[in-house]
Amino acid sequence: MRFLARGGRSSKDRTSLRRHRAARPVLLLLSLFLVGATYAAVSPATESVADGAADAQLIAQGKALFSQNCASCHGLGGEGLAQQGAPALTNVGAAAVDFQVSTGRMPMANPLVQAPAKENTFTEDEIAALAAYVASLGQGPAIPTEDQYNPAGMSPEDVSRGGELFRTNCSACHNFKGAGGALPNGAVAPSLQNATPKQILEALRTGPGQMPIFAEGALPDENAKQVIAYIEQVNAVPAAGLSLGGLGPVAEGFWAWVAGIGSLVLFAVWIASRGARA
Amino acid sequence: MAKPAELNPDSPALEVKTPPTSRETSKLAGPVTWVDDRIGLAKLAGNIRKVFPDHWSFLLGEIALYSFIILLLTGVFLTIWFKPSMAEIEYAGSYALLRDVRMSEAFASTLNISFDIRGGLLVRQIHHWAAMLFVAAMTAHMLRVFFTGAFRKPRELNWIIGVGLFSMGLVEGFAGYSLPDDLLSGTGLRFVDGLIRSIPLIGTWAEFFVFGGEFPGTLIIPRLYMVHILLIPGLLLGLISAHMALLVYHKHTHWPGPGRTNRNIQGYPFFPIYVAKAGGFFFIVFGVTVLMGAVFQINPVWLYGPYNPSQVTAGSQPDWYMGFVEGAIRIMPNWEWHLGHTTWSWNVFLPGVGLMGLLFTGLALYPFIEAWITGDTSEHHLLDRPRNAPVRTGIGVAGMACYAMFWLAGGNDILATQFHVSLNAVTYFMRVAVFVVPVLAFIVTKRICLSLQRADKERVLHGSESNIIVRNPEGGFSEAHVPLSQEEAYTLTRHPQPKALVPNGVKVGRVRQTLSRWYADGQVPKPTAAEVAEAEHHGAIEGGEGDERVLEGSDSGDAH
Repeated sequence: MRFLARGGRSSKDRTSLRRHRAARPVLLLLSLFLVGATYAAVSPATESVADGAADAQLIAQGKALFSQNCASCHGLGGEGLAQQGAPALTNVGAAAVDFQVSTGRMPMANPLVQAPAKENTFTEDEIAALAAYVASLGQGPAIPTEDQYNPAGMSPEDVSRGGELFRTNCSACHNFKGAGGALPNGAVAPSLQNATPKQILEALRTGPGQMPIFAEGALPDENAKQVIAYIEQVNAVPAAGLSLGGLGPVAEGFWAWVAGIGSLVLFAVWIASRGARA
Repeated sequence: MAKPAELNPDSPALEVKTPPTSRETSKLAGPVTWVDDRIGLAKLAGNIRKVFPDHWSFLLGEIALYSFIILLLTGVFLTIWFKPSMAEIEYAGSYALLRDVRMSEAFASTLNISFDIRGGLLVRQIHHWAAMLFVAAMTAHMLRVFFTGAFRKPRELNWIIGVGLFSMGLVEGFAGYSLPDDLLSGTGLRFVDGLIRSIPLIGTWAEFFVFGGEFPGTLIIPRLYMVHILLIPGLLLGLISAHMALLVYHKHTHWPGPGRTNRNIQGYPFFPIYVAKAGGFFFIVFGVTVLMGAVFQINPVWLYGPYNPSQVTAGSQPDWYMGFVEGAIRIMPNWEWHLGHTTWSWNVFLPGVGLMGLLFTGLALYPFIEAWITGDTSEHHLLDRPRNAPVRTGIGVAGMACYAMFWLAGGNDILATQFHVSLNAVTYFMRVAVFVVPVLAFIVTKRICLSLQRADKERVLHGSESNIIVRNPEGGFSEAHVPLSQEEAYTLTRHPQPKALVPNGVKVGRVRQTLSRWYADGQVPKPTAAEVAEAEHHGAIEGGEGDERVLEGSDSGDAH
């Protein structure tokens, strides 16, 4: 620890510096920096770690946030706690964190049921810090960049190709226009209608909950972008009247009885109550 | 040469008949006479004054009839552009989100009707809503006939024709649902393909027969098209004609009341009253259907996409009238036998083919089963009030409850997502509910019927409440009752009550005796003549007080 006290001070000063109140936190930060920097230097997942120095700061901030908000279930080092049903986060990557936190799913209130999407209370910077920290724990997909998910400027052929991919891979759980559907044991495939393109791509790459992972090799970014474009555009198609929730024939049958037969019975009562005035 | 036939001079056949000479007519009646001379228009005049009774529930069948007419009209429009072909093409129409997607001509032409034919989407939606209403109105009409006992002698055959119409309606609706060849209709066809294959021993053969080979093949849509626009509509038209002819022949039933008997009919003549009422109602039904077609989106096939056997969507359901079969299959445990080289798929056969068979057989046989239980061989033109046939009403409500449970099970995924419950919990609940809920429904319904009978008896014997609270000199309060009108008292007491069969010279089997006791059990005995006389005597004394009450300044004493 001598290096802390360089600069011609006496050994007494050195000792007092060592015992200074700020010494421990500073030391901690520095050692974290050292770990982060070393990790960044040797880690293969370099794509999520662009700028070493800035990143180390981010990771440190992320770790602090993690200890406050995530560690009670996922463990201080993100190793997971089996008895809480919390998975290890050592290899989930930044994309998973960004998806789970930005959709409000994490931190979750009740670990026994599927995390519902809710209002996200973290700022973008906080999410980035959390993501950087979790990414620093191991490998995993990075947060996608805008050119990977932004569907602007796709041709109609691209979009209809996305529709085919969507119907083949997604609609079985998420319904034909992404309105969502039921899964066994109380789980649901959520609606995609409020998801952002970034979140959709992150979900594809990280497979949250019961969703399978669609890796880059199976579904290249180009195709993922087509799917995202289709989901956006199919929900922008104006309905031919009231869409009745977009749930298909169950809702239609309900309205046939309630609005159709219901109103016609009222008319029948009216007609029968009018006597003949011939 | 044969001998000339002997002539019988008395035979009336030998009388020479001269055709009627043309009549002297006014200029105005000319065309009418012209037609009458040729098709006997005047003879129809008797039927034109046919009397029909007036009640809203008698109009439910009319909704079905008018929906059918709307279906014929809109269906003709759709056939002009629909191409019943499974040839694969690349879509090049104006719906951009399916640009260049490979699909059948059937689906492409449905998209063209929706996006490129003027008014096509509206007509498609009217056609689909009218189909939903057609089956729904038939169901409502059937329930009305059931709960009022209108299926009894002499109308059993017309009831069976009605059951035939109902089952044809389901097939017709399903065929229409399948024609556009979208993802949902293809999934529905795959479902029926499974039903066909589940038939023991001949299933696979039957599948190949229907589909012309492996599912889906290229034949099923042209075949269903023929079924949908020719075969079933033809059968429906024939059955509807028979249904209406028998209605005219039997005359309509009517509600009991003073002057209404099993031998007469009270109401208004067909012409002009019902021509106006029914004609007006047709336009109301048409209007409501057009409004629904314009305001509510139905079957947005462009969102479902073309059928592709490798694809499926969450929320794949049939139209509502096939929902009970869907539900039965969804909740059925996975029972299957493997005997030798054969597979017996009870998991699909029992809830699919079995349940539909049970429903239609049960419906068709019910009039005969009830007549056998009650031993009732008389004609009925007066309707039963549902409360006066508690067991029948209970059976009906139990049947509806059972159907409803299967129906809800058919939407178990929608229930799970919309009400945030577990899909598995809904399924397990329904497995029990389809057996338990009908029993509960029967018990509760019968109790309600008996309570209503008791209320009727109370009303006959003690009159109706006068709504006037009287305070007597001692400070007590009481409400006097007003005696019923003769007409109402008659209406409430005229019905025959079901009685248990007693072996009276004729042999009655034990099962039949038990069932007939069950059917008649628990009835609240109608007030006897002596009881009514006693109550009137009592009421006369009360009435004395009542007069006083009226004098005290109320004019509502005889409001009832």
